Amino acid sequence: MTAILPPAERLWWKHPLDRVEGTWIAIAFVWCMVMFFMMVYWHAYGKQNLSTETYKTSPDKFAAKAEAFAAKYTVRTETEQKIPVVAPPPDSDVYLIARLWSWWPILELEKGKTYKLHLTAMDYNHGFSLQPSNINIQVVPGYEHVIKVTPNQSGTYSIVCNEYCGINHHQMVGRLYVK
Amino acid sequence: MSATLPLSGSFGGTTYRTCPRTGLQFEAQAERLMIVNAVVAVVALLVGGLLAIGVVLTRWPAVHWLAPDTFYMVLTAHGIDMLIFWIIFFEVAVLYFCSSTLLRCRIATPKIAWLAFALMLIGAVVNNVAVFQGGSSVMMTSYVPMMAAPSFYVGLILFAVGALIACFVFFGTLVVAKREKTYEGSVPLVTFGAITAAIIAVFTITSGAIILIPTFLMSIGLVKEVDPLIYRTIWWAFGHSSQQINVAAHISIWYAVAAIAFGAKPMSERVSRGAFLLYILFLQLASAHHLLADPGMSTGWKVVNTSYFMYFAVLASMIHGLTIPGAMEVAQRQKGYTRGLFEWLRKAPWGNPVFSSVALSLVGFGFLGGISGVMMGTEQLNMLIHNTIYVPGHFHATVVIGTTLTFMGMTYFLIPALFKREMIWPQLARLQPYLFGLSMYFFTLVMMGAGTLGVSRRHWDMAFQGAAQAYEWPGAAYLMMGLVGISGVAAIAGGGLYIAITVGSLLWGRKLDAGKPSAVGTPVPRAAPSVAVQTYGSAGFAAPGTFMLAMLFLVAFVLYYFINWKYLGQLWGLS
Repeated sequence: MTAILPPAERLWWKHPLDRVEGTWIAIAFVWCMVMFFMMVYWHAYGKQNLSTETYKTSPDKFAAKAEAFAAKYTVRTETEQKIPVVAPPPDSDVYLIARLWSWWPILELEKGKTYKLHLTAMDYNHGFSLQPSNINIQVVPGYEHVIKVTPNQSGTYSIVCNEYCGINHHQMVGRLYVK
Repeated sequence: MSATLPLSGSFGGTTYRTCPRTGLQFEAQAERLMIVNAVVAVVALLVGGLLAIGVVLTRWPAVHWLAPDTFYMVLTAHGIDMLIFWIIFFEVAVLYFCSSTLLRCRIATPKIAWLAFALMLIGAVVNNVAVFQGGSSVMMTSYVPMMAAPSFYVGLILFAVGALIACFVFFGTLVVAKREKTYEGSVPLVTFGAITAAIIAVFTITSGAIILIPTFLMSIGLVKEVDPLIYRTIWWAFGHSSQQINVAAHISIWYAVAAIAFGAKPMSERVSRGAFLLYILFLQLASAHHLLADPGMSTGWKVVNTSYFMYFAVLASMIHGLTIPGAMEVAQRQKGYTRGLFEWLRKAPWGNPVFSSVALSLVGFGFLGGISGVMMGTEQLNMLIHNTIYVPGHFHATVVIGTTLTFMGMTYFLIPALFKREMIWPQLARLQPYLFGLSMYFFTLVMMGAGTLGVSRRHWDMAFQGAAQAYEWPGAAYLMMGLVGISGVAAIAGGGLYIAITVGSLLWGRKLDAGKPSAVGTPVPRAAPSVAVQTYGSAGFAAPGTFMLAMLFLVAFVLYYFINWKYLGQLWGLS
């Protein structure tokens, strides 16, 4: 029972390490470096990286920008709540509001075109989870997160809130179209 | 074995007894403290386990049992009771064991240790009451500006202060042992691991205080605002690091069980202790992986924290993952189980729940928890699973298969040694680790499967009833969540069996000989130097079978890692 007794030799740090340990440490170290390299490599050559462009914002400021954006590019409204469907031109700024318990407005983007998506929450933390493509981003109140997105497939997408935000969290689903 | 240097018995009139079955020496005060902490831990596990029934039966789509408000309340309580109260009460018992019992000394300041226990107990009760009153269904993370009742935070803060005091009693006990020379040379490896856990605990609890105190002040209206992003960052230094205490603690127990079950000697003290040292330096940085999808953190910050530094902690875990079974293999080979690569493993005591718990824990923690944890800790890959049910899949693999299952195995060892009772239902006890462990394996796998398809965590209704723009998950996601329900029920049955066996043994188990109390303790003998391990084994390896298993682990790791990159590469372009 030696791991529960003091080591036999006083200078335990001079113990030789066994060959199996040395070999495994070397292999594990190389693998860890490969994983480290992958992250950096993807930043340089990969197409899916989360932007770190972030601004402090307030609900009023952001809502004003989002409303101006919707007023300018709304093409129709959907559902009983008459949520505007907004079709902005490529390369423009696109605003999406998360609040208890909805995403506003509905966006209509074009396949292969790039948009600057601005995300924030009006009240609590929310989760932007784009389905079925499965892209998941945290949405934090007070912070405006700007991400350049390039949809690569057309279809109807849903934005599911995946950060617990209260009793009707499970109804917080938005929509997004890619043409 | 060594000279029986009598200790002065004049310290507070305490007594020592040597357990006739294990040879371990328990000091009376420390023993009582270990017993109460372990018993309250099991009570917390029982409460958390009962709550798990509600969680599992609601997330099982075909059952969908609880109403949403009840579900979110039950989920909050389940998380806190399991992740904080069950585990930390047990860890305090482990800390006292690793200091007082293994170093054979009296516990430092027993009165303060009782105060720590009282604070922790009051805190746990206050927090639970706050949650069950219904106004604090904020999950364990309690992200601001979502607010819980003030007593929710008071409970957590009291508990944390108690746990912090317990850590300092542990450190004080180390000083007592050193000063009274109850052992020679360095502390045992297991105690070294416990020191790692306690150091991480101090860091963790301090982070918790830094963020929960202003949040409490906000809940009573004294502070106007706590920045949500800063809250998240500091909260996770507490929230995730608290799980690193568990990792250090349960790995220490793995080493202890290797010693207890096989008489195994660490392959190299230098390697194992070096790996623990890496934990102290780097493990807390794993907290950063919760913030990878957050606004506000720079790429440099994310990469440095979750890769360059965190991989030193991953390296440490990979080292323990080899050295613990390696030490078992060497010990078995010395006993003559040398045929082939795996005779040592086949001839292991699979019917002994102390060993089988740890074996299942080690494999599950490495393959399921380790690989998934590194995957989700990779900056870009994290986008695939952030806040999906993959995350609880991962931490049930690390915390339940890793920590809880290990602690269960440790209890089977402690029932005769510490509680002086014979275990009731030995046949069921043999079965229990397999029922609980293997159903948990399956449970975490299907959870990760559903998470890969995008299913959210902390979500009452995957059918989105009443939502104007509902989304329909693929059939496979429903299937997986159904399997989550079934395997969850099986795991709860396994957990219930554990509680029945342990509580039943304490109440009705045959009383065993406690060993004579004595006013003086006997100091710890040094480990006898053993033959060099290289005498055994094959192909120049002392533990060739373990090396093969490690390579199997590596192949699984590499494949899974790159499959996820391929999956990520198919997403929308993001920058």
